[in-house]
Amino acid sequence: MTSPAPLIDIRELSLRLGGKPVLSGIDLAIRRGEIVTLVGPNGSGKTSLLRTVLGALTPDRGTVRRAPGLRIGYVPQKLRIDSTLPLTVDRFMALPRPAPAARVAEALERAGAARLARHQIADLSGGELQRVLFARALLPDPDLLILDEATRGLDQPGSADFYRRIADWRDTRGASVLMVSHELHVVMAASDRVICLNGHICCEGAPEHVAQAEEYRALFGTGTGGALALYRHEHDHSHGPGHDHGHGPHSPAEGTARRRTEPAE
Amino acid sequence: MTLLDDFLVRSALAGVGTALAAAPLGCFVVWRRMAYFGDATAHAAILGVALSLALGLPIALGVLVAALAMAGALTRLAHPTLGADATLAVLAYSALAIGLVAVSLTGGVRIDLEAYLFGDILAVSRGDLALIWGGAAVIAGLLAWRWQALLTATLDPDLARAAGVDPRREEAVLTLATAILVALSIKVVGALLIVSLLIIPAAAARPFARTPEGMATTAAGIGALAAIAGLGLSLEADTPTGPSIVAAAALAFAVSTVMRRRAG
Repeated sequence: MTSPAPLIDIRELSLRLGGKPVLSGIDLAIRRGEIVTLVGPNGSGKTSLLRTVLGALTPDRGTVRRAPGLRIGYVPQKLRIDSTLPLTVDRFMALPRPAPAARVAEALERAGAARLARHQIADLSGGELQRVLFARALLPDPDLLILDEATRGLDQPGSADFYRRIADWRDTRGASVLMVSHELHVVMAASDRVICLNGHICCEGAPEHVAQAEEYRALFGTGTGGALALYRHEHDHSHGPGHDHGHGPHSPAEGTARRRTEPAE
Repeated sequence: MTLLDDFLVRSALAGVGTALAAAPLGCFVVWRRMAYFGDATAHAAILGVALSLALGLPIALGVLVAALAMAGALTRLAHPTLGADATLAVLAYSALAIGLVAVSLTGGVRIDLEAYLFGDILAVSRGDLALIWGGAAVIAGLLAWRWQALLTATLDPDLARAAGVDPRREEAVLTLATAILVALSIKVVGALLIVSLLIIPAAAARPFARTPEGMATTAAGIGALAAIAGLGLSLEADTPTGPSIVAAAALAFAVSTVMRRRAG
């Protein structure tokens, strides 16, 4: 059932933005049907990598190969819609190509945004807007769904529901998902493969494998291991000997990660 | 065609044609916050007038070339230390000042500068009218053809790219349409007021619109009415026509804002 040719095949990719190196030596293949999550501290190049996959950024070195005819659905971090632009959700769903009304209704339903169809985009809350963006991304029946911190503006249950919908969609369509998230605990449970990024790929693999990796802990601390254990009901939270909690250059990012990984009761 | 022999009919048609082309384009200028960009492009028109006088070209051609050159340069431009806002202002006023200097150098005393700055709609000829409606048709055609892609790229460039729309190409379409509008409307409202014809009807239409298309058509209606009302005011009170048209549009904006306040 898995196709041998990956949907996206990135080889030895390096990217500089404004003269500064952002990504280097990235090798990444996304196969059909898998959910791949990029994690990493702020400024680690996660969004840049997504934008390179989209074709919005051109790598300085290396190649990005997309499977021929690949359909991509993209959910941006946020949509800063200008208040001068009047736009209903229905009208938004018809950009750039109108789809049959039944398909639009189905996509909105799948994303949990069915009741929003006639609302003005500018009047939506952050969470509602993310659901509408998700629905629009589903509309072209994409082979690959790309989400950049798509659960921004959603509360814990809302965000868990969002990831369930992503997984549900993957299960019914057999399509792939590439996403960036800061919500490590939820994401780790929802992913097939986690890639820990910090300008280069620090480590990658199954979530439980990555959570144990030293490189990952150096970036996020061991707190996430605990959160993961809570969500997976596994006891994999251990403090190795000589493992300290201050991580020098990455401590601000660690602070962020810790704050975001407080498990919900 | 005896109707077109009447200068009033020609003026009204010129004003309405310009307003109809400016309205939908003006919506994009408002949505994309390109007012300064429009200003810089319009001010370059004066440079184009100088170019035409120096080379003996038709005025509209020189203006089109100068506006295209300015608009094209602006889209590529990023000043290392100044913000986009200040950079655009520097370029807009430099183009205007250098253009005025160049016009007086090339044209001498026989040139009526005011006509290029504020328009001279009452002197519109049949040829001008053909140019205005031809240009308006090209703008309308461009916008209608690219409408869906333009809207997507306006919402979010990456969203557009994921859907197979190249946002840079859509930006180029808007640049081209803006340059054409500048070239056809310099005779109607002049280089200084062109941007007001883009922005004010669109801004006045915003409170009544629920969709982009609604806003564009309402803006076109407001613009056309303002053109006719301005022309009437100009005849009645012997006021300059270009500014009278813009003043009428401004009145529509004020009324629309007050109505919205009352309603909401």
